[in-house]
This record gives sequence, C-alpha cells and structure tokens, in this order.
Amino acid sequence: MTNALLIENARIVDPASRRDERGSLLVIDGKIADPAAGIPADARRIDARGQIVAPGLIDMRVFTGEPGREYRETLASASAAAAAGGVTSFVVMPDTQPVIDDSALVDFIVRRAEATAKVNVLPAAAITRGLEGKEITEFGLLKEAGAVCFADGRGSIQNTGLLRSAFTYAANYDMPVVHHVSDRSLAGEGVMNEGLYASGLGLKGIPAEAETIPLSRDLQLAVLTGVRYHAAQISSAKAIPMVAGAKRQSARISCGVSINNLALNENDVGSYRTFYKLSPPLRTEDDRQAMIAALADGTIDVIHSDHDPQDSEGKRQPFAEATDGAIGLETLLAVALRLVHNGQVDLVTVLRAMTSRPAEILGLASGRLTPGAPADFIVIDLDYPWVVEEKKLASRSRNTAFEGARLQGRVMRTFVAGKEVYSHSDAQGSAA
Amino acid sequence: MAQKSPIESSEQQPGRSGGSPVFTKRHLLGIADLNQYEIVDLLDRAERMIPVSRQERKTLPTLSGKTQINLFFEPSTRTQGSFEIAGKRLGALVVNMSVRTSSVTKGETLVDTATTLNAMQPDVLVVRHAAAGAVELLSQKVGCSVINAGDGAHEHPTQALLDALTIRQHKGRISGLTVAICGDIANSRVARSNLILLNALNVRTRVIAPKTLLPKGIEDMAAEVFTDMREGLRDADVVMMLRLQHERFAGRMIPSTREYYHFYGLDDEKLAFARPDAIVMHPGPMNRGVEIDPSIADGPRSVITDQVEMGVAVRMAVLDALLPAGDGK
Repeated sequence: MTNALLIENARIVDPASRRDERGSLLVIDGKIADPAAGIPADARRIDARGQIVAPGLIDMRVFTGEPGREYRETLASASAAAAAGGVTSFVVMPDTQPVIDDSALVDFIVRRAEATAKVNVLPAAAITRGLEGKEITEFGLLKEAGAVCFADGRGSIQNTGLLRSAFTYAANYDMPVVHHVSDRSLAGEGVMNEGLYASGLGLKGIPAEAETIPLSRDLQLAVLTGVRYHAAQISSAKAIPMVAGAKRQSARISCGVSINNLALNENDVGSYRTFYKLSPPLRTEDDRQAMIAALADGTIDVIHSDHDPQDSEGKRQPFAEATDGAIGLETLLAVALRLVHNGQVDLVTVLRAMTSRPAEILGLASGRLTPGAPADFIVIDLDYPWVVEEKKLASRSRNTAFEGARLQGRVMRTFVAGKEVYSHSDAQGSAA
Repeated sequence: MAQKSPIESSEQQPGRSGGSPVFTKRHLLGIADLNQYEIVDLLDRAERMIPVSRQERKTLPTLSGKTQINLFFEPSTRTQGSFEIAGKRLGALVVNMSVRTSSVTKGETLVDTATTLNAMQPDVLVVRHAAAGAVELLSQKVGCSVINAGDGAHEHPTQALLDALTIRQHKGRISGLTVAICGDIANSRVARSNLILLNALNVRTRVIAPKTLLPKGIEDMAAEVFTDMREGLRDADVVMMLRLQHERFAGRMIPSTREYYHFYGLDDEKLAFARPDAIVMHPGPMNRGVEIDPSIADGPRSVITDQVEMGVAVRMAVLDALLPAGDGK
C-alpha cells in the first residue's frame, strides 16, 4: 500500500521552475511525485478549491531560547509558530546558552528538533567560539554534525584578518557563511536609524555606513576567497549597488533582508515603541522602497523573518535600554504578501525569496515542487483577511511588530514531508 | 631497484671522494639556484658518502684544515647536529655558534655579525635564520661559502636533497613518481624546496592542505592542489607530511588540532588511498596525533629515520662540493 496524497484543483506556484498554473500536487512517501507517472488508487485526496499550493517557506534567520532561555522560545514553540506561518524549514541561529559552537551542540539541536519540532530545524553553527569574534570554530566537524551554514547570529566580526581566515576556511569545506554586517564602533551606542527622527526623539543614531563599510569589506573578501557568502541582512539603499557589483564578480554572493525592513520604517518607532527596536534598525521610507525594488530585480535574494523572541522584561524598558528584536515566523508570509497585493513585486518573486533561493544558497533539496523533492509545501488563501493578535500567536514571546495589523492572505495548511503539521480553522476542502 | 633515468645518475667520477668537476657554485642558498644536473650531481655525491658513515672509521680527510661555522639564529637540534657531524666526518674544524634571536633581529646586526665572523677566516658558514632572505644577505657580506640551513618560509635546500636521496634509495628512481606533500604548505620552507627540486626532476607533485594553509599562487608551484586528503593521496608513491606549528595559528588558520587530525592527519584509513608500496616521510620533529598517527610514524612504511641518515650524507656531499680541495685546486 502506498502512502499517497493528492492535492487537487490547486493553483501550483513553484518559483524554482517559474510555474504558476492550475493543477494538482501528488505526494508519495513524503516526496513530491509526478502525477503523469500514475496516481495510486488509494491516494488521500484534498480539494484545494483553487487556492495556491507552493513550496513550504525556508526562513534563514530565526532565534530561539533553546538551550538556555527556554522561557523565551523553545525549538518546539518556534516550530509551532513556523508551521502556522507556512515555514517548513528554518535556520536557527547559534546565539543560545551555551553558544552553538561545538559539534556536540549541533548534534543536540538536531536531536532535540527531531524529538520536539514539527518542522525542519537547520542549525547554523557559530563562526567564532562563543560568538566572541576571536577564534574560528571547527568548521569541518560542525558540518559533519549537521550545521547548514556558519553565522555569528546577532554578532558581527570586526577583525578583518580573522574574517578572511573564516571565509577561506569555510570555502575549504564548501560551506556558506551568513554574516550580519555592523561596524561596532560606528554603530556605537546608537539605537535607531541616524537622522532627523532620532534627533527629535533625543536618541543616538546608527548611520547607514555602520552597515555599508563592513559590507564592502565582506564583499571584497568574498570575491578574494571564493566563499559562499550571504550578507544576512541589509537595510540601507546605499548597500544595494555594492551587493549588485559584487554579484557580478562572484556567483557565490547573496544577500537577505528582514521582512521588517521591507514592511516598516523609522517612523513606526513612534513614541519610543520598543517592539520596533531592531538590528539593523528600521530605516527611512526611501531605504524601504529601495529594498523593495532590489527584491523585485533580484539583487536581494532572500526575505527572512528575523524572528527574535524577547521577554517583556527586556522590552519594558526605556527605548535605549530595551533589547533588540521582534518575532515574525507567523506573520512573515502575510506581511510579504502586502508587496504582492499592492502590485510592487509579483507573487513568484516574493515566494522565490522564501523558498527556492534560500534552498539554493544553503544547498537544500526542499524549497521546490520538483518530483523527488521533500514534500514540504503549503496551501495559501491569497485573499484571506485577518488581524494579527499577539494572544493568538504560537510563539512563547509576544514582541511582534505587527500587533493589530490588518493583513490579507494566510497559510491554510502546512505539510512537512507529506505530513500535515498545521491547518487553519477556516481551511477549506476536506481531507477524504 | 628500478633503473635510474639518465639525468638521475651521472657517471662515477674519478678523483677525491666522489669529487666531480660539475659543481662550480660557491654557495648553496636554495634549490632554485640549481639546475637538474647539479641536483643529480649532488645526489650522486651524497650516495657515495653513505658508506662512510656506515664504516667503523667514519672519517675522510677531505676538509682537513678547513673551518666550518654553524651559525643558527633559530634553535635546531637535528639540522645543526647533522651539519656538525657531516663537517667532522670530513675532518673540518666545526664551531657551533647559537645566536639568541632576541638580540639579533635587525638586518644591520646580521651584517655586523657577518663582518665579525668573516674576520675569523672560516671556509664555510652554515646558517639558519627565521627571516626569508637573511642567509642570502649574509652571503653577500662574507668571503667564504655559505650554506642555507633554512631561512624563514623560503628554502631549506639540504632537506629537499636528503628527501630526494631517501626517495631514490627506496624507489630506485625519482622521475615519474607521484609525491604528495601534506600540511602547512604556506609556512613551510621544506615544502618550497621540495617542490622546486621534485618539479625539476619531473615528479608529479601534489600538495594537500586546507585552503588556509595554501599560499597564493600554489597552482603554479605544484602540479596538483588538493584540499581533500583522500583525493590527494590517491595512488601516491611518496607521502611527505609536514609539521603543523599549531601554536602559531590557533583559532586563526586552524581551529583545533582535533579537527586538523580528523581531516588532514595521516592515519591508516587515509594512507590506504596511496599506493600499497607508498613510503611515508616527515622532516621532523613530529607531532604524533596532530599530523600523523603514531602507528604510521613508527610503522613499516615510515622512512623517517632513513631521512636522518641521508641528511648526514647529503650535508657531507654539499660541504665537499662547495669547498675547494685542500691541495689548493
């Protein structure tokens, strides 16, 4: 007996093949199968009623509190939020206690995720021991333990010589390096985008150059070493031509943007609202529009949630003293769909930045609906209206930057390896 | 033993102990200064020196009356000892001068030292220095022969010669073999001298190292470059391991010795990729458990102690070739 599932009457959107057409999706034994090769008679059938079937999202930047700060988020609670947001795989950052900088700790994340998480958890191992930016970690052993990339999480390596070593050594093992770019001395004590708005609020600013100067260094070293380099997140318009230029020199360079920098700007900080205190900071409206244009033309490869659960203790502080970060796994897709609904970026491009591009960068088999790929996919109601209510979110932390936001479109069903891990109460179509 | 190719063995010359008119150089500063005939000539001379050290009276009168000064700015037990024994077996007066590196670091002081030593009228200076090019600089300031016993990451010519002689002793030839050099290529004078020598003798040279330990331009220094040790060792006739000076770049070029050993340490599993009759070499001193498994270092395929023996023969041959005969020829 086969273990088969057929999603019928769907709008199949597969960015990897640029497919957007009516059809059905066949799953056999947890993998995508070709319906033309024959549909097993005992296949379970679901009528999608014209809704979109797309690859499950791959979120390249998620923080949890496991191990060490489980009260903020566990792998299990983050995976529940991910499933509800249509994220079938996420890269978990190494910023935990202890830091994921040793093969035994990567192994812990892999096993813990297997035991508790609903979706695929992909560990990023630290580039430097203890995220201290001083000594590189054991890239070869970490890769063998299951790390998908190296990242220093919220940290940014300041020592250029060390960075060159790290890039060279990562290239030795053909592993991607995902690096958050921030010049510590330029960012200084800044807490939001530098400019009139920060000056008016009496807050210290972070100039765009705190991003572009280390970015320029990273890009030059990436070309020199041939490493698979991913600028974790850019936020300023000035960064875009730099990335575009470097990409012309090396096909192994890519870059990401946080959904927050696509959807929000510095004005959202309003009167010192700490849920909008983020790193990189929310920039100007011109910067935001430049991010959207760069996403549309492919200069920006990836959209991620930058899901960063913080407890109320850290957020109920004067703005300058509050912690950075906002959760975002559950709202990632719906917020990104705003760009589709207002006609700025087409659906395939938006989905590609959260499916096939991250899969290519990380070397994953998922993120596409090709026969043989893992059956990680989602059913989306493109027009479903809903309002974000923090109380209904699955994350253990409540620091969303979209509380009360009216959104259009959401995930109705989420499947991982052919198994349904989430269905919305309004999910249409019956599972026969 | 297999047959030697024409350039690998020249005709035995009559006269002094292996004396050959081919060699006309005054100094031995690097393998790069030698052509393939000079290399083969030195190897032939060294081969004829081997029996001297194996007989009961291990002396020849060749360098009687000559003065050899070993000037080591970097500590080295084995190379200095090898040169000292080589000189004494040829009858030279050998003086060891160890210079504390802390007091002699500037080029000016090096030249001062040279001038001082030159006034003592030595016939040959054997020099080791931590700075690349220092031995050549010194050779320009003295009136005697100079032998480079290792200058920084530049050259270590007698090591490459003794390695070649060891290979020839075990394989019967050098040309056409596949030799894999594995380890810290970027910082190794042994690797540089060996690559130049082996390339000159038509060896299929390979280097194996993580990218952090490969120098820029390595593609033009070795025939093949590998970052995967198993691939690099496949069908190799000779495996040359290099010492990893891990304390020098902990956390920079190499994160840990355990990771280095896992990917680049020579163990039975990786050595199985080389030819079944492959020999294993190491210039010493070894880090057992870092770059080489103790059972291989001390096992039947290791020729490491032969290298030490060949070292004396090679240094005797070099001294003999550089110094004019005592009869004032």
